[in-house]
This record gives sequence, structure tokens and C-alpha cells, in this order.
Amino acid sequence: MSRPALVEKPERAPLDRELLVRMHDLMVEARVLEERLIQMYKAGHGFFWIGGPGEEAFNVSLGLLMKKGQGPAFDYLHAHYRQSATLLALGEEPIGALRQMKNTATDPYSGGRNFAGHFSKRSWNIAPASSPIEVQYAVAPGTALVQKRHGGDGITIVTGGDAGTAEGDFASCLVWSSRPANPLPILIIVTNNKWGISTASDGQHGEKHVADRGKAFGMRTKTIDGNDPETAYLELKEAIAYVRKERKPFLLEANVSRLYGHSSASGANFVTDEVDCLKVMEERLEQRGIMTRAQMDAVRTRWTEAIAEMARQAREEPLPAPETIWNHIYSERK
Amino acid sequence: MANMAQAIRMALHYAEENLGVTDIFGEDVGPPLGGVFTVTQGLKTTWNSPLDERGIIGVAMGIAMAGGRPVAEIQFCDYVYNTIDLLKLAGNTCWSTHGDWNLPMVVKTPVGSGIRGSIYHSHSFDATMTHIPGWKVVIPSNPLDAYGLMISACREQDPVMYLEPKALLRIKGEERIPGEPDDDRLLSKMIDAPLGDRSKWKAQWPELQAYEVPIGKGKIVRPGSQVTVVSYGRTLPLCAKAAETLAAEGIDAEVIDLRSLWPYDWEMIRASVEKTGKVLYVNEDTEVTNFGEHLIRRTVDELFYHLNAAPKLLAGKFLPGIGLADTLEMASVPQLGDILDAIRKLAAEQP
Repeated sequence: MSRPALVEKPERAPLDRELLVRMHDLMVEARVLEERLIQMYKAGHGFFWIGGPGEEAFNVSLGLLMKKGQGPAFDYLHAHYRQSATLLALGEEPIGALRQMKNTATDPYSGGRNFAGHFSKRSWNIAPASSPIEVQYAVAPGTALVQKRHGGDGITIVTGGDAGTAEGDFASCLVWSSRPANPLPILIIVTNNKWGISTASDGQHGEKHVADRGKAFGMRTKTIDGNDPETAYLELKEAIAYVRKERKPFLLEANVSRLYGHSSASGANFVTDEVDCLKVMEERLEQRGIMTRAQMDAVRTRWTEAIAEMARQAREEPLPAPETIWNHIYSERK
Repeated sequence: MANMAQAIRMALHYAEENLGVTDIFGEDVGPPLGGVFTVTQGLKTTWNSPLDERGIIGVAMGIAMAGGRPVAEIQFCDYVYNTIDLLKLAGNTCWSTHGDWNLPMVVKTPVGSGIRGSIYHSHSFDATMTHIPGWKVVIPSNPLDAYGLMISACREQDPVMYLEPKALLRIKGEERIPGEPDDDRLLSKMIDAPLGDRSKWKAQWPELQAYEVPIGKGKIVRPGSQVTVVSYGRTLPLCAKAAETLAAEGIDAEVIDLRSLWPYDWEMIRASVEKTGKVLYVNEDTEVTNFGEHLIRRTVDELFYHLNAAPKLLAGKFLPGIGLADTLEMASVPQLGDILDAIRKLAAEQP
């Protein structure tokens, strides 16, 4: 596995200290959470793990830049299952992900019904993540269409991986987002880790950059280094600002790493030959004298202890009662 | 009297005006055509989509998520099959999020044979659709029910699949839709788009009134005492006609129009079969893992000691398609003669 290509080096002014410290804290929180989820899986406290270690630089930036709230005036996120860092950056408590891993009745995203990383939070416009890796690309133009009609500056953000772009739903997303009759305020994101489970993209995808596919539809596109926290933040900021203002689509491809493989099905072991965005971040913080190694270690210790305690709590909580299988087949809303 | 296409159109107009329907869309649904069966002519929220069924279902889900109320069309159910996993996703969204999200959306699609539609314009979808939990599934057999079921569907908080028997879309009803004018030609002039240039045409809608056919409620089309016949969609009027014909032969059949396939009116079936002791299920989808087979299983499980004969299913042959030639179509899906034969045979059976 080769390193994801560094398409662009950061050339803009660096982010300010306060933001970088905040981003670092969230990246560590997300990494520690994912590592705890993997540990829970390996200890038999969950049936399956899938998540996003390696995408924290990009996903934290996304969460910090979203307009959080419910309804078309706010941003919709059609996430995939590697975005715990986005949820944490939006302000979500990590215990929800631990509860989902343990499939407890208290799991706030699915009541013990779905895999880890399959978030859903209607009160923040977080559409349910589902295991088919591409369907969100077909659904997302629908929320964007309502937002366009609604007015205001709320946008739709949809994320998927590079392998999923081979599915027709990705083409649907490009077509429906750029209809001349009604172009949509949608940020279409592809996090490119160059893998589909065990299959390298090199042998399957002839396009130089996935983002190039947007050019045929006249949409703005960019391929960025999603492993660089500052690049990720600044490029996302620019793309989001464009979609918010122009009410038109933008296709953003972020090259990222997959630091623990596809999922528990492929072992969930740390890989050493890919760029670790957290390491990139910490080297930069140290170089610029923003944080010392000791301070960064303290952040990790704090999150490790806090999340370990949450995991202990989640492990003690009951599973859903068997008769609850019949709940929520239909809405109880009137 | 309005035909079924006009009735659905009027229900959609009512729903746009009164029930918050925001988007009626699909391939050729908007102007100038207004649907290949004219069902969506003259409506104010229609628009044409790309030729992409997965996009249509996905976008309907997204609209519903963001607070809209879409009615999406798949032009023929034969083309809905590449959306199956999105239909599954729409059906499981409320359940898999433990009630966090719900999708108030209607998908309508013409089904069945009867227009010599060959291999890709003749298929049914009830057998497949009733395998997808989380949806409600309805299928009218006359214009008034078509009107009332669409209004009910547009009030739902969850996905509804509205199956339109295409053979019946041009058939006029026997009951007037509330608010429909007395004169059929006047109605046509008011709401049917003219031939030729339609760019300046606007529908003149009658003062329509609410009328609901509750989802899950069947209808006894003809009461009878000797045999129960349960059907829906295109084959329902044939069953009713067969029952009328057989009355002259001394066979007294009760005919139930199921109208909703999920949830369905088991209490109505139960009461009828307890009375008659004999039941024939009729539909035109392919007969292997047919919805009627589920009804037979339940009949055997719950009503066995009320039965005087084995419950029967008359359905479409298990074929890869319906051939174009008249002889092929007639041989592939139940026709009046097949239904007459099946009822006669069942009525004559002795324990």
C-alpha cells in the first residue's frame, strides 16, 4: 500500500493556536474512542467494529465547520461509517458510540440494532449511516433540494469512500446535484483511502482523481490532502463557503489513511505504512511551540481514562428486551 | 364518472392543496406530458426528473427527511427493481434508527398486465413489495378507492407504496368522487391536458372534498355465502363479474377487495371464510412466493377447522415475462374464464 498522494501542501496562513489545540483535542478524543471500540470488539464486548481512525484531521474539521441544528435552515450530514470524529467535533458525547458497540438498549443511534459507527441524530440533521456504502449519495440531493427551496444558507454534506464511487448512486448524486433546472447546495465528499476492503483502487479505478468526475458536470472540484489538518480545515472551509453562498454543488476528494484496516473483519490492526494525521498534527504543534509532548500526552491520558470509564459503564447496561423488536417499524409521530 | 387516472390526479391535487404534498416527480411526470398515463397533468408541484429510478427513490427519501412530503413515481413497476435496496432502506430507516427518523413519502407505480405491454410493461410488484417491511402497500381497483387511498397515503408518516393497476387507469367508476362534476365531458375539459401545445394550459380543478379509504381496510364488493374470493387490482373487477355470472348458476360467492396489502384486513377475510368455509385468492403476480401464498398459509394456520376445501390460489404463471402476443398474455395471467373455472371448481368441492 502506497501512501496517499500529497496533492497539495498547505500554503495559506496557519490556523490560530486556539483552533489547533481544539482540533488536536478532538482528534485525540476520536482516536482514543476508535481504539477503545476496537479493544471492546477484541475483548468480546461487541460483534463488529468499523470506524474512521486515520480520517480525524478531515472529519474533525468538517464537524467544526458545520452549521448544527434541525431542519433545512441547518446543514444535513449524510455520513458514512467512518465519521465518529465529525460527530465528536459537533459536540456528541463519546459514550453513545460505546453503547452502540455494546448494542445496549441505551444506544442512542439505533437502540442496539446497528453496528458501531452507524450514527443517526435527527436533532442535528445527522442522517442515519447505513452499511451499503453508497446509498447516501442517492438520498442527499433530496435534502439539498428542500434546502434550496427553503432559502437561507443551510447545505447538504454527503460523505462516502472511494470504493463506493463505483456504484451508480455516486453518478446519481453528480447528475441530480447539477441539473440545470435546479442545481443544489450540496458538498459531495469522497474520502479516498485507496482501498475497498482488500481491493486496491489502483486496479479498479482508471480515473486519475475521483474529483475529476465532477468536471463533466461543470461543478467545482478539488482533490486535497485530507491527512494534513490545516489543509483539510481550510479547504473544507472554502468549499463549504462556496456551497453556502452560491447554492451550487462542490465535489471534494480528500486523500486520507485507513489506519486500522477496513474493519474488524480484516483484523483491525494498526498499519504502519500510511500517514497518521494525528502524528502530523502533533509534530506541527510541537514545532510551532503550541504544545509540548508532555501536554499532548496528558490530553491522550485524559481521554483514555475518561473513555475507559464510559466503556465500563456501557458494558454494565442491559441489552434491548426481545419484545422491542416490534417497536418503531412505523413512526409513532402523528 | 372520473376514470382512475383522473381520480388519482384529483387526489394529488387535493393533497397538494390540503395535505402538504411538496413534490410530485419522476420521469415525464411534469409538463408537458404529465405522466405517461396522464395521472399527473396540471398539478402545481410536479417536475421532471432524470431517467434514474435510484435517484428518484433516494431523492424522495431526502425530501421526506428534510420536512417535505414527496410523491415519487416509477414510470412502470418493471423499472423499480434496481431500487430494491433503497426501498429496503426507506422501509428500515425508522426501525434501524429506533424511531429517530421517519419518512413520510409515497411512491406510486403502474403495475400489471392488460395493455399488451410485453415483457417490461406488464409485471406486477405486489409479491416483491410485500417482502419489504416498513412500508404500507395499497392497490385500488376503482376510481373512488384510488382517490381515497391516495389521500390516506399522503397523510401517512411512513413510506407508502401505491400500486396503480394500469389496465384500470382508463376505466370509469361507478361512484362519484366527492366534488366531481356530474358531466364527464366537463370534467375532462377541466382537468385533462389538451392535445398539442399545452404551454398555456392550466387545469380548472373542481371543489374536491376529503375522502379517505383507511389503509388496512378491505371492502366486501359482493356479499355471498358459499365461497370467498379475495382479490385486488386488475383481477378484482373480473372476480366481481365472475361472481355475478355464477349467481345465475346458483353459486353464491362473496368477493373481497383487499385494497391494502400491508397492513391487510385479516378480520374481513377471517369473518368471510368462517362463514363460507372456502376461499380462493386471486392476483396476477407470479405464483411462486406470491402474496396469496402467505394468505393461504395464514388461512390454514388460523382457520383450518372452518374450511370445507383446501384454500386455493389463482395467480400468474411463474414465467420470466409476459409475452406480447394476445394469446401469450391471456395464457400467462388470470382472465375471466380462469376465475370462473376456479370458483366453479371450488364451489363444487365436497369434504
